[in-house]
Formats: sequence, C-alpha cells, structure tokens
Amino acid sequence: MSRAALLVLADGRFPAGGHAHSGGAEAAVKAGRITGTASLEEYCRGRLHTAGLVAAAFAAAAVLGAEVRELDSAADARTPSAALRGAARRLGRQLLRAARVAWPTAELDALAREFPKGAHQPVVLGVVARAAGLSAQDAAYCAAYECVSGPATAVVRLLSLDPFEATGVLARLTTEVDRVADRAVEAAREVVAGAGVDALPAASAPLMEIGAEWHAGWAVRLFAS
Amino acid sequence: MHLDRDHHHGPVALSADAHRADGSRRALRIGLGGPVGSGKTATVAALCRALRDKLSLAVVTNDIYTREDAEFLLREAVLPPERITAVETGACPHTAIRDDISANLEAVEDLEDEVGPLDLILVESGGDNLTATFSKGLVDAQIFVIDVAGGDDIPRKGGPGVTTADLLVVNKTDLAPYVGSDLARMAADAKAQRAELPVVFQSLRSETGVTDVAAWVRERLAAWTA
Amino acid sequence: MDRMTLTGVHATARIVARDDGRGGTSLPVLEGEGPLALRRTRGSGAEARVMVVGAMSGPLGGDRFGIEARVEDGARLGVGSAAATIALPGQGKEEARYDVRLDVADGGELRWLPEQLISARGSDLRVSTRVDVGARGRLVLREEQVLGRVGEEPGRLGSRLTVRVAGRAVLDQELACGPGALGGWDGPAVLAGHRAVGQLVVVRPEFAVEPMAARMLGECAALTPLAGPAVLVSAVAGDALRLRRVLDEALAQLGG
Repeated sequence: MSRAALLVLADGRFPAGGHAHSGGAEAAVKAGRITGTASLEEYCRGRLHTAGLVAAAFAAAAVLGAEVRELDSAADARTPSAALRGAARRLGRQLLRAARVAWPTAELDALAREFPKGAHQPVVLGVVARAAGLSAQDAAYCAAYECVSGPATAVVRLLSLDPFEATGVLARLTTEVDRVADRAVEAAREVVAGAGVDALPAASAPLMEIGAEWHAGWAVRLFAS
Repeated sequence: MHLDRDHHHGPVALSADAHRADGSRRALRIGLGGPVGSGKTATVAALCRALRDKLSLAVVTNDIYTREDAEFLLREAVLPPERITAVETGACPHTAIRDDISANLEAVEDLEDEVGPLDLILVESGGDNLTATFSKGLVDAQIFVIDVAGGDDIPRKGGPGVTTADLLVVNKTDLAPYVGSDLARMAADAKAQRAELPVVFQSLRSETGVTDVAAWVRERLAAWTA
Repeated sequence: MDRMTLTGVHATARIVARDDGRGGTSLPVLEGEGPLALRRTRGSGAEARVMVVGAMSGPLGGDRFGIEARVEDGARLGVGSAAATIALPGQGKEEARYDVRLDVADGGELRWLPEQLISARGSDLRVSTRVDVGARGRLVLREEQVLGRVGEEPGRLGSRLTVRVAGRAVLDQELACGPGALGGWDGPAVLAGHRAVGQLVVVRPEFAVEPMAARMLGECAALTPLAGPAVLVSAVAGDALRLRRVLDEALAQLGG
C-alpha cells in the first residue's frame, strides 16, 4: 500500500471516462454563464462547495466503511437531476472497471456484482480508494479536486481558453479544496460514529441541476454531462 | 489475487475479455478509424447491409458531436435503432477509442445485454486524428480507412493507423482520375509500410462495393468463433 | 404560549388532520403559538384548509419557530400562509431557526403551499423542512426563497429540505446563500445573480408505476423525476413574481 496510489487515482488520465464529462460546464458555457477565466473560477468555486463537498464526503464515508447501499441511496436523494444520477452511475461503473484491473480485490468484484449498472461515482471512488490502501482524506481530496478539474479541462476545449489560465484557476482553488476535504472527512466520521448517512452534507447548486437537464435534452453536444 | 477472467458467474467483464459473464464467447469487435471524410460511416453502413442478413450486428459510434454518425446510420436504416449506440467523447474521439476506453466498453456490453447475443460489433471512431488507433482493450481488430482524395502520399507517410491496422482500406478509388491520385503508387507505398498486412482498394459506388472488406470481416469472424 | 427568552421568541404551531368519517377532514389539533397563529379557512371537497397568519413579522435573530403538521390516513390538508415570511436581523448576533416537520400517513394527502420566505439584509436564518410521506401518501410542497427585498442585499440564509417516502429519502437538498456563505453561491454554478429560488415537490404513488420524464420549463427551471415516486421542479428567477409564475405553471401542468 502506497500513498502514491493517490496520484494514480487522481490523475486526469486515469481511464474512467471523466474526459467525456464537463461537470456542467458545457451547459454553463452555452448559457453564457462561463465566458472566460474569471467566470470559470467562480463556477468551479460554487461547484466545489456544493457538489464537490457532497462527493468528497461520500467518498470519505465509503473509505471509512459506511454501508455502500445506504450511501448510494443517500446520493440519489442529493442528486435530484435524473440526468446527473445517470451520469454518476455511468461514471461509477467506468471507474470500477478501471479500478478492478488496477487494484484487483474481492471487495471491488463484489461491488460490480451488486451494482451491475453502476453505483454513484463518489461512493465507488471511496471503495476504490480503500482498495488502493488510501485514507478517507485521500479519497475526499480526490473527489473534491476531480469536481473542479473536470470543468476546467472541459472549458479549455469549449472556449479554447488558455490552458495556463485554466490551470491557474485550479491552483487558486487549492486552499479551498483543502477546507472542503477537511469538512468532508469530518462529516464522514460522524456518519460512521453513529449519526448515519443523514449527517452527510447535501449542498446543492440549483443552476447545475437545471443546466444538467437542459444539456441532456440537446441533440448535439460535445460532452456526456 | 486473480481477475476472475474465466469465472462463469463473476462480475461484468473488464476490458478485452473474450467471454461474457456467463462464459460464452462474446461478439467480435472491429474498430474503424481514419481521417475525416474518408468514408468510415459509409463503409460501416455498407458492411451492415452486406452482413445483417446472416449475422447479428450492432454499431457504436464515437462522434465529435454526439450523434452525427449515429444519425446517419439511423437515417439510412442500416440497422434497427436499438442496435446503434452513440458514445459522447468530450470532443476527442481518439481519447475514447485509445486512452480511455471505458465508455465504449460500457456501450458494447450494454448492446449485448439489451439486444441479445451479437456476432459482431463495429466500433466507429470520429475522424479527429490521423494517428488515432483503437486500444487492444476495446477491439479485436481494426480497419483504417483513408481515401484517394486525401492525398496519395498518405500511405507513404505511414503513421500508426496506416502501418499497424489489421486492414487498410483505400476508399473512393473511383475519384482517383479526378484528383490525380496514383493508385499503383499508393499500393506500393502501403506494401512498403505494411509488409504482409492486407490492403483493400474500394469504391462503394462500384458493383463490388464493400465486398472485399465484408469478406475480410467474415474471415476474422470465422477465426474468432473457431 | 410562546416563550420569550433573552435571545428570542420560541414558538411552535401544530396541526393534525384526520379523516372525519363523513368524506371530510377534521382538525383535532389546530394550535398556533405566539407569532404563528393558525386559522381554518373554507376548504374544498374533502380537504381542510389552514392559513398560517403571522401576527408579527419575523423570525428575528435568535427566534426559534416551528410548525408541525400530521396528516392521517384518509385525511386531506391544505396549508397556506397569509403573507410572505420575512427574516429580519435581531438584537443579538444569534441566528434564527425555522423548522417545519410534516408527516403524511399512508393514504393521507398534504398540499403545503406557503408564501415566500424573504431574507432581508442583515438577517441570519436557518430553515429546515423535513417531510415524511407514507408509501401511498400524496404531497404537493412548494418552497420559495427570495434573497433581499426589492433592491436590497440578502441576509444569510441556509435551508435544508428533506423528503422521505416510505422511510427512504428521495430528496435531500441544502442551499446556503448571502454574506458569509461559502464561495461561489452567487456564481455561475449556483444562482448566477438570480434573486429568487424555488422548489416544488410532488409525491404520488402513481409515479412509481409511471414515472414522469424530465423536461425543461423555460430557461431556468426543470422538472425531474426523483429516485422514488416523486418529481421535483427546481427553478431560479430574477424575482419572486417570475419564480411564482414558473412554479404555478408547473403545478398546473402536473394537474394541480
């Protein structure tokens, strides 16, 4: 078991389907809400403290051994957009596929059997992190970072944004990613200390949810979500 | 720790596993790549027409824009709609067929689950990158489609598609006189790049059409199921 | 009677709706408290109607308001409010709380359609709404939040809405906005400058058999099926009027 496994798991090139998802950025770009570096940064910041916090807490709770089916059901309740629930399950399934080759364990095989159509990605991420020997905090970092790196990469393609600027956005958000990961782990500890899945954050972002439904109805789009 | 590769009741397959979860041999997967406009989708459509009566077929498209190629195949009615799936690629088909094949693997498995046992799945890549090749984790064989109008020096230039594809198709031979392409030179260059690997020159407008490519696919399938 | 403390008013109103056995609904419990007065108004058909009448504006900082309503098997209850609720700053620095607990039994029906909650400048309010609906219970619930009175900066507002059907959470959503809320709340991912945000939740047993398809309702509102026999309409708008128009339209499309 090695801490460097975190680098493997958090690598943007980890083959788990993330490249085809924009984290809602494609809809926000088309709606004119993301037009450049500044609005990308505010988008990522809002996403980090809502969907990012929730994803990080779910991933951390899964590492700490919270019951996967309960987590998955609680993730459903925190994802009102049917399009986003679908995307989260597809990404969960894709992540599990890659992880079962990278860190083959009986627990991952069992998860694939239990959720043939995929569990929510952050839940899978937590179980995978545990299989890779990583901590709850590692998983929370991975989930929180992924939720901002996805849109940043997508906006480089969507707006031909200078990739250095997009990377600058991610660099400026790092201290907030730290805070989100800490809060997520705190919530996850409460879950396993007996408070149950209700203790998990449920921070929502109305425009991301609405935008996801809008995006899912387009006939022509570059990204899957 | 073993990977349950041949475990009959194991979880869903991982990548290139040749068997389904129930232990039966899965469909042969053939990838079609090549530059924009070389006739990949037209070749897929012609292959479907040529093979659909004898084989259970499905197609996965990887478009730059979500469903363009899938829509073409649907309009042409080469297969029933439930046998055609479009994978979103985040503007990068080459990533989806080579670097991160997870969405394509979902698509081929879902097709087998939903329309029943298949003999053959054609996986088409959008033509965003002349060097794009399919991962061995996704397909069992790949066809690279170029055309005479794209320049008769493409075979000479080589590149992973031209050099390593299991079959190189030089399409639109009927246009050669109009665009000044030297077919003999293309054939010689291809031979030099590919040694014994086969090359087919085709015009989908001619009477023979996709016959040679279809025959090659049938051979691969015979070898796959043998 | 409500309890005045150094930090604020504590008041809870309670409603119980019961099938009266004659095709109507009786209200064996209808208890207002302090600023939360309840009036029974003319109902329609089997439904009993209750209006929450705010006897004074509030909640102010430090106040603890609560409403508890229980709808029993076979009863039908409609609850509205006479005016918008305005969260205002209090004397102290303490936040105010408004907790709504709704319980709809198997075979009960609740229509919870209060007026908007307006977060005035300098206020600090946490709202929580928790609804438990039985397996065959029915619910229509509207929640609207308006950030600031006209031309005014909003106060701090945190809300959580949880809806359970047959014990399973089908919706759990928190929203935090205003000064002191975490970054990005007014940015392109969350509200993007919109000053009114609302949700309409409809729970019906028939959605389990025939789920509704997701669809857009204009540019900034969407209807989406939840993971259970329920749908959510989520909307943001420039102001309270426009928000209400979208939610009313959605409710009409859902057959009221």
